[in-house]
Amino acid sequence: VEAGDFARRVDELSRQPTRRCFHCHKCTAGCPVATEMAHGPDRLLQLIHLGQEDLVLGSDDIWLCLACETCGTRCPNDIHLAPVMDALRRLSLARSTPPAQPRLALFHHLFLDIVRTRGRMHEAGLMAAYKLRSGDLLGDAAAGTRLFLKGKIPLRAGVARPGEMLRRVFATPTAERRQR
Amino acid sequence: VEYDMSTRAVFAALGARLTEIPQWVCCGASSAHAADPELALALPAVNLALAQETGRGDLLAPCAACFNRSRAADHALRHDPDRRRAIEERVGFRYTGEVRVRSPLEAVTADIGLEGVRAAVRLPLAGLRVVTYYGCLLVRPRRVTQVDDPEHPVEMQRILEALGAEVRPWSHGVDCCGGSSSVPRPDVARRLVGVLATAAREAGAQAMVTACPLCQVNLEMRQVGDRPLPAFYFTELMGLALGLPESRGWWSRHLVAPSPLLASLGLRP
Repeated sequence: VEAGDFARRVDELSRQPTRRCFHCHKCTAGCPVATEMAHGPDRLLQLIHLGQEDLVLGSDDIWLCLACETCGTRCPNDIHLAPVMDALRRLSLARSTPPAQPRLALFHHLFLDIVRTRGRMHEAGLMAAYKLRSGDLLGDAAAGTRLFLKGKIPLRAGVARPGEMLRRVFATPTAERRQR
Repeated sequence: VEYDMSTRAVFAALGARLTEIPQWVCCGASSAHAADPELALALPAVNLALAQETGRGDLLAPCAACFNRSRAADHALRHDPDRRRAIEERVGFRYTGEVRVRSPLEAVTADIGLEGVRAAVRLPLAGLRVVTYYGCLLVRPRRVTQVDDPEHPVEMQRILEALGAEVRPWSHGVDCCGGSSSVPRPDVARRLVGVLATAAREAGAQAMVTACPLCQVNLEMRQVGDRPLPAFYFTELMGLALGLPESRGWWSRHLVAPSPLLASLGLRP
């Protein structure tokens, strides 16, 4: 693969002009999770432009991004990195290797599954499914119990029936499912 | 829960009539846009379509994620003809543009007006020192949220000052609390919330005030240490200052009990 080809694909998928970047580093300086990241947003862009597809798509960084949009707000070249990270996540899920942060990927996947079937969020169902599928049965149990006792995780939650509209919205194959 | 209750109570007290959209759907929040950006616009567009059918002017989106996603959908529908066609096709409706997506902060400051709020105050929040916390989704990206200043929004401060509270200056009001990853990565959320709570205390605040349910629960749940600060919804403090008796039912729903603080200041409706 020619270096530059990967960058073009990322730009197209994310609708962002990442090649405008002149590496002022503002994004990494303001990123709340730069300390947890291996590369940080600025170096990730550099790796994209160098065609380092495996390094980028296999990194924790693309899953750690909180989509807080701080970088995009401060970028002097008006590059929004949150949609770039979203595009990288989709490219990573399309590969045969499992995502670098499977639990983060799983959480988002289960969240959408519930919206598809119920139309609305069902926090108790999401937590139960996440706990079972991630294998992290006891992690963070104290926090979950506190939320439950305060009535913030109702066992019976509402179901929306906008029928036709919701069915249509999900009937269009999502990028994620197309790749599976 | 208490955000829903306090928003309904306060808007009713200020004479604004709210109706819940029948059969509303989840906006997909922070999970849809990573999987499928078109789905992330189509889901909130369902709610816009339903709101359009009701024929009432504004869509009030109290949740910051719902607000952000609904505004993002509205922005695409309004300004991008290609995406508009794609969304209309996917949802099966015609976008008219007559529904305005409003956050409660906008509705209170711009639609109801601070004069109206000031006139309705029965119990000024004298002695209460707070910092305002906006987080991400109410503020960024700016083309969607249309805030005046994404580094230093002031709407919440103006409201709280109208209620008689003292708003302390600090520089963390638009920092991210890590709420969207609080379940799969609680360690990250604890670190980010820790930074915020420490800064709030250094600023001399007794509590943080938010307008986002993800932030509120994350701020209270992920604080460590034996003297955590409560996080109020701004609508709760409005209800308290307006002297609404139902506000007594809100405090017990917090993970960090605000009642000792309110009692110490003699703030009881």
